[in-house]
Amino acid sequence: MSANDVVVKVNNLKKWFPLKRGIKDILARKPRKYVRAVDGVSFEIKKGEIFSLAGESGCGKTTTGRTILRLIEPTDGEIYFLGKRVDTMERDEIRGFLRKKAQMIFQDPYESLSPRMSIEDIIAEPLEVHGLISSKKEKREIVSKYLEEVGLTPPEEFVFRYPHELSGGQRQRVAIARALVLEPEFIVADEPVSMLDMSIRASILNLMLDLRDKRGISYLFITHDLAVAKYISDKLAIMYLGKIVEMGDAVEVIDNPLHPYTKALIAAIPVPDPRHKIGEIPIKGEVPSAIDVPKGCRFHPRCPYKFEPCDKEEPPLVEVEPGHFVACHLYARR
Amino acid sequence: MPVLEVQNLKMYYEIPFRGYVRAVDDISFTLDKGESLGIVGESGCGKSSLAITLMNLLPKNAKVFGGKVLLNGKNIFEMPDEELRREVRWKQISMIFQGAMNALHPIIKVGDQIVEAITLHEDVSKEEAWKRAEDLLEMVGIDRARAHHYPFEFSGGMRQRAMIAMALALNPDVLLADEPTTALDVIVQAQILKLIKDLQKKFGIALVLISHDVSVIAEMSDKVAVMYAGMFQEYGSAEDVFLNPMHPYTKGLLAGVPSVKGKPRRLKSIPGAPPNLLNPPKGCRFHPRCPFAIDKCREELPPLVEVEPGHFVRCHRAEELKGVPWDVGE
Repeated sequence: MSANDVVVKVNNLKKWFPLKRGIKDILARKPRKYVRAVDGVSFEIKKGEIFSLAGESGCGKTTTGRTILRLIEPTDGEIYFLGKRVDTMERDEIRGFLRKKAQMIFQDPYESLSPRMSIEDIIAEPLEVHGLISSKKEKREIVSKYLEEVGLTPPEEFVFRYPHELSGGQRQRVAIARALVLEPEFIVADEPVSMLDMSIRASILNLMLDLRDKRGISYLFITHDLAVAKYISDKLAIMYLGKIVEMGDAVEVIDNPLHPYTKALIAAIPVPDPRHKIGEIPIKGEVPSAIDVPKGCRFHPRCPYKFEPCDKEEPPLVEVEPGHFVACHLYARR
Repeated sequence: MPVLEVQNLKMYYEIPFRGYVRAVDDISFTLDKGESLGIVGESGCGKSSLAITLMNLLPKNAKVFGGKVLLNGKNIFEMPDEELRREVRWKQISMIFQGAMNALHPIIKVGDQIVEAITLHEDVSKEEAWKRAEDLLEMVGIDRARAHHYPFEFSGGMRQRAMIAMALALNPDVLLADEPTTALDVIVQAQILKLIKDLQKKFGIALVLISHDVSVIAEMSDKVAVMYAGMFQEYGSAEDVFLNPMHPYTKGLLAGVPSVKGKPRRLKSIPGAPPNLLNPPKGCRFHPRCPFAIDKCREELPPLVEVEPGHFVRCHRAEELKGVPWDVGE
């Protein structure tokens, strides 16, 4: 570990999901195939930093987030959290350390909260699991404190209610309160606002920003929406077929994209201003399957700037401007 | 004569013993050939209910309580079902709905599905219809030979293209698109939006686009209607509504939308949640969430008034709040 302020460090992380082989494939001794969901990803997240992973569906962003929390077992690579190696950590330590210090917020607040539990029980559950509350009075006090912290006031009005009585935005606030009770240092937020209505999204994003400012929590923010990513993140990494193709300061990556894929992705986003229209999208086709990833640069079959090394060599992620990394032969040659 | 004219349309769902859900309440607009209207609103605001009412494809518990939908001058509610089926739907008005790509029959070839839509409405031979199906696929950017393929052999974007081809198979005057790109990734979305826009211009189709996505509406629409709690709260040109919003709800909605363009600014939100339309609030339906509400707003439902030429707003205080920004919901 380098600096002390690095909360999460991921080194060449891989997660390959094996595919089932049919009897014919086994008899023909065909090699097992894999979905290469995450295929060599490296980055670090500093204290109080919001790091976004963005990309289209199937690019591996959610798998990366879940693997870091050991909700999915990594295939290869190293994961460090607060200086400790997590990818080889034993179950007991995962429970006592990782499950306390790192939390997750999910996309769908309608599915991530148990419909049969009261709001109080939902928020207090992590404390109960870790045996951290001794009395009902203490439970009520702690739950009230966090309800206030996420803006569900007055707390007395919410403790006895059930998720179905709350709106989507309120449910997501409950999910955030539940993530906060163990005072985590790190939260993985997987598309936390994409199920919410437009008029409510901003309030949840602002709540997450405020919690970062107040508590110094670091986030891994997973999103398909680059407008949201630009708003909330300090750092941004764009993923394509299991790899990071571009990474840097979020505003810089969006205002000055370098990788042809990032350029196309940003050009394709509609803007809430009728004077601005989407231009020509220079790339063809759709994302290929993560089972048979293209050789060389994974993006080369769709790339308008493809040249001689692209279908042979995989371009490394290199720093082309201070803090701005790109995996593309166009820049590696400089 | 406008292609589509909607006058004071009301459609409520009946909930036994409890009353009516006023999903579509007093909606009026006109649409000319080649024009596009974007209807934007949050979930539950009645925008999809409006779409099915325009097609007169209502479930059993839904009832039209008033108003007209004039399609080429004829009220669709006064037509017999047979005429609606044969002469109106697909031929004059057709629809691409949310998740339409999953509406294709899984084990019938894509070409055959388009052929069926054609031969049900027009007296053409199967060969001729098949050729037209291939032409349609080509028009939406799919190789002719793919007419022989099954939907599962298509990607999501291609299936949505095939649905667009089918919706346009009988040269409709009006195309209704309800969240046509919501399930798609952003690059495919851009391709589909561009395709719809190109075809709309090419054939002079009047487009009604319904979406929760403010940016998609800005991209596609000449005119914009902002729908909230079953009603249009603001209606005007896209420039009017986006650059000079006059209804507090529109102001609040736009204050919360992030953009990839420009410097990030602190976003604002609208406190509270949309009302239950079984018992909508008295007076202005937005007043419980509105920081500008006065006593009049709690008592009297404001009419949709033309505040500036072609720019309609349903707010008692529209005039005095001109230029006042949305400043709550930190």
